Amino acid sequence: MANVAVISFPGSNCDRDIITAVKHITGTDPAQYWHKETSMDKHDLVILPGGFSFGDYLRCGAIAARSPIMDEMMEHVWRGGYVLGICNGFQILTEAGILPGTLMRNKQLQFVCRDVMLTIHQTESNAILAQCKEQMQLQIPVAHNEGNYFADPDTLKKMADKGQIAVTYTNTGAENYNPNGAINDIAGVTSENGRVLGLMPHPERKAEDIHGGQDGRLLLTSVIEAAS
Amino acid sequence: MTEGAEHTTVDQARDMGLSADEFDRICERLGRIPNLTELGIFSAMWSEHCSYKSSRRWLKTLPISGEQVIHGPGENAGVVDIGDGMAAVFKIESHNHPSFIEPYQGAATGVGGILRDVFTMGARPVALLNALRFGAPDHALTRHLVSGVVSGIGGYGNCIGIPTIGGETHFDASYNQNILVNAMAVGLARADRIFLSAASGVGNPVIYIGAKTGRDGIHGATMASAEFSEEDMSKRPTVQVGDPLAGKLLMEASLELMASDAVVSIQDMGAAGLTSSSVEMSSKGGLGMEIDLDQVPIREKGMTPYEIMLSESQERMLVVLKPDATERAQAIFDKWDLDFAIIGKVTDSGHLVLTAQDEIVADLPLDPLVNDAPEYDRPHEATPPLSPIDNAELVQDMPLSDALKAMLGSHFLASRRWVYEQYDRHVMADTVIESGGDAALVRVHGTNRGLAVTTDCTQRYVLADPYQGAMQAVAEAYRNITATGAKPLATTNNLNFGNPEKSAIMGQIVGSIKGMGAACSALNVPVVSGNVSLYNETDGQAIAPAPVIGMVGVISDIKDAVTIALKQAGETLYIIGQSQDTADGWLSNSVYAHVIAGNDTATAPPSVDLGSEQKHGEYIRHLISQHLVSAVHDIGDGGALAALAEMAMAGNIGVNLTLEAEQLTHGWAFGEDQARYLVASADPTALEAAAARYDINIQKIAMTSDNMQLKLGGSDIISIEELNSVYENWLPELMGSKKQ
Repeated sequence: MANVAVISFPGSNCDRDIITAVKHITGTDPAQYWHKETSMDKHDLVILPGGFSFGDYLRCGAIAARSPIMDEMMEHVWRGGYVLGICNGFQILTEAGILPGTLMRNKQLQFVCRDVMLTIHQTESNAILAQCKEQMQLQIPVAHNEGNYFADPDTLKKMADKGQIAVTYTNTGAENYNPNGAINDIAGVTSENGRVLGLMPHPERKAEDIHGGQDGRLLLTSVIEAAS
Repeated sequence: MTEGAEHTTVDQARDMGLSADEFDRICERLGRIPNLTELGIFSAMWSEHCSYKSSRRWLKTLPISGEQVIHGPGENAGVVDIGDGMAAVFKIESHNHPSFIEPYQGAATGVGGILRDVFTMGARPVALLNALRFGAPDHALTRHLVSGVVSGIGGYGNCIGIPTIGGETHFDASYNQNILVNAMAVGLARADRIFLSAASGVGNPVIYIGAKTGRDGIHGATMASAEFSEEDMSKRPTVQVGDPLAGKLLMEASLELMASDAVVSIQDMGAAGLTSSSVEMSSKGGLGMEIDLDQVPIREKGMTPYEIMLSESQERMLVVLKPDATERAQAIFDKWDLDFAIIGKVTDSGHLVLTAQDEIVADLPLDPLVNDAPEYDRPHEATPPLSPIDNAELVQDMPLSDALKAMLGSHFLASRRWVYEQYDRHVMADTVIESGGDAALVRVHGTNRGLAVTTDCTQRYVLADPYQGAMQAVAEAYRNITATGAKPLATTNNLNFGNPEKSAIMGQIVGSIKGMGAACSALNVPVVSGNVSLYNETDGQAIAPAPVIGMVGVISDIKDAVTIALKQAGETLYIIGQSQDTADGWLSNSVYAHVIAGNDTATAPPSVDLGSEQKHGEYIRHLISQHLVSAVHDIGDGGALAALAEMAMAGNIGVNLTLEAEQLTHGWAFGEDQARYLVASADPTALEAAAARYDINIQKIAMTSDNMQLKLGGSDIISIEELNSVYENWLPELMGSKKQ
């Protein structure tokens, strides 16, 4: 099993949830780091949890992306380490320039929290999702105010060519299947090397029977196994 | 010399909301005329908001004890034993006036304030609820207020990371100029690790943590204790501004500090800020306190002692530390980047002594501040009893399905999804049952135990009959908790009324408290905390009275819990609490009367039989614990058929009514008789046998089916899709966001 670490920022509020979910899968507590720390042991997988890292008073994730721990995080990325950023963690990854694009305010200008249906896109550069099946459908909740993914057409084309558009909102026919207006229904993207995944939905919130399903646990298990 | 040294006048006292008699009483107790700072402190402590001077006489009559109660009213929040060495800590509080003036910040700081009341006691908050009342849907301000309040509640709760999982939103023209925003927070703590506010240890340091003190919210407690008028919109600067990140840091640092064994006592600076916290901490400990105002972290220069003491800046706490704990505390605050200052010490003087620039600016004996606030026995005139309207005058000639559609698409019953989808309901990953059903249910982290939580009040019943209406609010909360399988434990209440100086309003208050007391006693759900919000009037027009009940219950295994959603075809549906031959019900003052018959007059509401409530509740909990039912819903607004439709929509399962045509009257379908539940069972034989043992009336009414329709007798059929469409579209259409 992969050796997993979770980084907490002052306004992280899903760190305990992802730690609980990871422990259910790996059987061990992941390592924990505080944003002010300046050294980090070697880990297979580093997770940036959801929340409001610095209150989101500036652009979401902008201050966190410049936290002391992020130097170590960049080292981990350069070494080819695996990274999962969930919700605010995804926003931090785009702000840090580790993932392309940006996450804008939801199109309907409201916070949105509900289950959405997701499609997994299996490509050769999706190392982190290698354990998932192509076109796999997962039901996982979102909860965010700024999840409206955007990138310019050139970037989008490049991402599509390289197989970086890893997770999309499934067009179920419902009027609001895409909860935030994200371009091309993008819910999650990977880095060029396929080892960094940014995801707006919260897999740790569909990880036990009491959550009304375990699709999130399935996704997390795939990520952990890929990093192992 | 500072301004504080000057003598004050009765006119200044009036400006602060004190009467001439109260000013005389202060001068007499002090033996001198107070200075401005001192008068400000008295006016805050003696305000209705802090002293409960109009309601205290009646609040004292409420039942507050029981073997489950660890701490009742008088602390920051109530504490009840939930077993396994754990305690639930909870309270509800209003932020009505600020939310009308500045809906986003008013609602956000309401959430922040109630969260501090809970974590101040050493409990980690695990659930938020809110009871909201807005004006008529078509009133010019309603959309603006709904939009601002909902995003403010979400803005704070979502950021601080506590799930908002329950509550209620209602519309009524009486709230056009006085909306209600009541926020409830529930936390969990070890039963032997509850922190109280009483100071102890003469010489112990008094520290201030959290955000800096600014000029916001000065005299908020006094504003909350007066009637409103148009010109009050100029009071916008007295609304506090919330900072949920600061709230989160303060929560984490406070919980870490309390876990580190550094704290003697702790109190949040809520209404009346530094004044109420310092006065309450020192007076509860029977001691005194000295505070050097020059040490208080302030946001802007030149703040006077008066302003510092009366500011209601958010996200601040006052703590009495153990003498050797300063270094440990400092390390925790450095980690969380929080302001921390030693501002004074505990004394044995029995006085609150404030200094600024080495001069004493206030020196007040604590006893009169806390214990000599006047207690009024205001004249009260009981609400005259009303007669019910006969069903014959209300019933309209139309198919059941048409009436049902109109009711589900009305402001009374329409889905609140537009509201609750703006709240994070899943953070903490312990949510078992979320908004949209009866009570919500959260797991006690790391265990199989669950806490069920709800808020309830049907204000049109209370307006018509305060005694029965308040009993009904308790009974409905009891049923909502019960319908999940949890055992109701205790209540918190938020008493929202008009001007108590009017005898008719005082009559509503007295009637409601009596009804609430009777119900809480009979159902063994003592009142452990609460809040009073009076003067909800604008230009002489009072709100419909709303004694909102918040209730908490416990279930020992969340795997046993049930929801309102029907699960599969082929199950039998029963109304529990109704005999097999019941053909008519109570339509007077029902949703049917208002929506279908267009009767908006106040008429007698259904009456409450507390004995039946308890008996039926016990039977329902038995059925759930024995796995004899797969879905349970309390029957409330809209009667049995509305409840049935909600169960069908929630589960996407059809229903065929099996009663004879002559039994399918509008009174049967939409009557709002109390003490009833709707249940679905795959084991009707066992359910009926248990009903006989428990001596409960039940009525078999329908079978579930896989045809995605409600068959309401004969050719009266409506699809679940059509029901869903009217039910789900009303609120998005009102808010102008049907198309995203």
